[in-house]
Amino acid sequence: MCLAVPGRILSNHERDGIPMAEVDFGGVRKEVCLQYIPDAAPGDYVIVHVGFALQRLDEESALQTLANFESLGLLEEEFGDGFTRAAQQAAAHPEELAR
Amino acid sequence: MDSWTCPVPLRDSPTIVMGHGSGGAMSGELIEHLFLPGFGDAARAEMGDSAVLAPLSGRLAFSTDSFVVRPLFFPGGCIGDLAVNGTVNDLAMSGARPLYLSTAFILEEGTPLSDIGRVAQAMGAAAGVAGVHLVTGDTKVVDAGHGDGIYINTAGIGVIDDGVDIRPTRAAVGDVVIVSGCIGAHGVAVMSCREGLEFGTTIESDSAPLNGLVTTMLATGADIHVLRDPTRGGVAASLNEIARIAGVGVNIVERNLPIPESVSNACSLLGLDPLYVANEGILVAIVAATEADAVLAAMQSHELGKEAAIIGECVADHPGMLVAKTALGGNRVVDLPIGEMLPRIC
Amino acid sequence: MKYLEEFSDPELARRLLDSIREVATRPWAIMEVCGGQTHSIIRHGIDQLLPNEIEMIHGPGCPVCVTPLEVIDRALAIAALPDVIFCSFGDMLRVPGSSADLFRIKSAGGDVRVVYSPLDALTLARENPDKQVVFFGIGFETTAPANAMTVYQAKRLGIRNYSLLVSHVLVPPAISAIMESPQCRVQGFLAAGHVCSVMGTGEYPALAEKYRVPIVVTGFEPLDILAGIRRTVMQLENGRHEVENAYPRAVTDEGNTAAIAMLRDVFEVTDRSWRGIGMIPGSGWRLSDKYREFDAEARFDVGGIHTVESTLCRSGEVLQGLIKPHECAAFGKQCTPRNPLGATMVSSEGACAAYYLYRRLELTAASHA
Repeated sequence: MCLAVPGRILSNHERDGIPMAEVDFGGVRKEVCLQYIPDAAPGDYVIVHVGFALQRLDEESALQTLANFESLGLLEEEFGDGFTRAAQQAAAHPEELAR
Repeated sequence: MDSWTCPVPLRDSPTIVMGHGSGGAMSGELIEHLFLPGFGDAARAEMGDSAVLAPLSGRLAFSTDSFVVRPLFFPGGCIGDLAVNGTVNDLAMSGARPLYLSTAFILEEGTPLSDIGRVAQAMGAAAGVAGVHLVTGDTKVVDAGHGDGIYINTAGIGVIDDGVDIRPTRAAVGDVVIVSGCIGAHGVAVMSCREGLEFGTTIESDSAPLNGLVTTMLATGADIHVLRDPTRGGVAASLNEIARIAGVGVNIVERNLPIPESVSNACSLLGLDPLYVANEGILVAIVAATEADAVLAAMQSHELGKEAAIIGECVADHPGMLVAKTALGGNRVVDLPIGEMLPRIC
Repeated sequence: MKYLEEFSDPELARRLLDSIREVATRPWAIMEVCGGQTHSIIRHGIDQLLPNEIEMIHGPGCPVCVTPLEVIDRALAIAALPDVIFCSFGDMLRVPGSSADLFRIKSAGGDVRVVYSPLDALTLARENPDKQVVFFGIGFETTAPANAMTVYQAKRLGIRNYSLLVSHVLVPPAISAIMESPQCRVQGFLAAGHVCSVMGTGEYPALAEKYRVPIVVTGFEPLDILAGIRRTVMQLENGRHEVENAYPRAVTDEGNTAAIAMLRDVFEVTDRSWRGIGMIPGSGWRLSDKYREFDAEARFDVGGIHTVESTLCRSGEVLQGLIKPHECAAFGKQCTPRNPLGATMVSSEGACAAYYLYRRLELTAASHA
């Protein structure tokens, strides 16, 4: 239902009045329709499904998510069992980890 | 390859016509002025009804394959490369030194002679690299609308040196599985120009003759049990077949598979598994564990084996099945592919 | 950033698994809605690595699997017509109809073509003005914007020889139907990430509240799935039933407003029958009156369709998570990916196919034990 793949916008053009883009999927290039993300610009990352960009990929959000995962193991060693709720909250604010 | 020019006697018709296949003067011209020059030094055609070869001593290996790839020309090669390398490799996978190939063409009326000329040149060049001779052949022409442009059949003869015993039944529990190079390039390269799926990529077909690599491997003195070139159906098909024939289980580790990032990304895009994608220039070798390191080192010293890697082993569990350990540490069965690989969206 | 490999990192996966193990104190049954998630779970071995308390129930989120048999038969009838070029995603080619599939229609001479994007079908229509080009518009909300675009463009550019055979299905009504089923065991949901990329998260709080189930919007890479499961388990352990977004890099609460606007223009809600499950009211989309001229169902009168479903096939129960694939008597015997009785064995995301392809090892061992 949802085989959507992340890709990076290389260039914009138009075809039959619709905004399109040349997108790089890590070495593979394909033309993608930008009707639904018309202001996507070169350098932006988008999620592409059957030739259409559906959403922008938020880099900050991605990095935050990964940071949350990274801090998991550390916090559970620190706090031990049963402190998972605290761990979750701390993971949401990584700046508080520096102690 | 692309600098083929149409010689004078053929210039009245830039395309194939029925007369080219009828065995008369036009056929003769096609052979003399298109195929033979295209094949170049690799051709040895005495123009008799059959090629008469010098006596050969030792066991003979004999193989045939037909080639119907679409499109005819794709990044990194064409049907001609596949036709020569494919049969050369089939012979090499039995441990034979390939010597002679026959080449039979079924041409569709209307196919541009320039296309056929390019294919012939590619075949001559590939034969030169592989060190084989193209010694006999045939040409037939079919009506327009039948035949997809060019179909080629090649058959080949090779000699197996004494002491070489390579066949799929020899895979044994404890043996190591080695792949000679990166997987997935050929299938992705061809798919990238298939109508409806076109995508831009730098991936090229890996079509190559493997007999030189096999010679290097045999020169270590190792007793190689099995060789297979994973063409249609990819590494998954080859290892499944070997597992079934030998009655062993095969375990591979996904993280050890050499897959170029561009191939992996193309497969993600199309929803394909690289294990099922066709290859035309790599082989899978199964050797005793004690000899694995020596064989691997020999492979890595050869131009075509630089990315060679140990990817798994033969086990007593689950005979006949191929199982892959995933990057996360889980297991999944890798089944025989069912028919044509269809890109998925869901 | 690649956005893919990082979310498959085995070390981080281990940490997420350890965390789930620590949080879970009792058994929980969680349904992943999307077939893509099912595929990812089985293919990467996540189901094997989760603690025994966590059971993943595979949901009906595989549009290939739930496309009604009648629609398949209609597609086959249209594809067999002369002067028709029938275009489809690759997934649909081997789905069994009452007596054939698109693959067989193609072998018998029908012009059936696999395309990657619905726009390719529209291009074919322009290049072949003397033929009728039909696109098989299946999918959930993720695929609907792409399919919608084709009729929008066809109308704009006056491409008269193009039509869409529509069979769109919607996730929220499916969740309702599953929760309303008397034998339902599902206690929490992983919502389909890319469906929410399009539609946003707005349809889910009412469901979480009504059925008192946590609904966590989840992605598809291994770490995304584990993160979604972890958040669901934490809610369950703490007696919460809220909507959470575990895929924030690709999902916003409001979704893609441009796509939603197009969907409102091109489609209208309709009742739809889900193969194996039955009629779910308001669970599908059909073309709106404005675009009805491009409806392949109206354009091609293919006569009375009499559907014949296999009596052995239990894919409906699999799709609702009532049985696991290997609990069906036909699994692996009369029904294999090569000779599928139902759609769940054809689509590699259908649970039956996933179990058959990837899990035969455990199932064989278990049957010998």
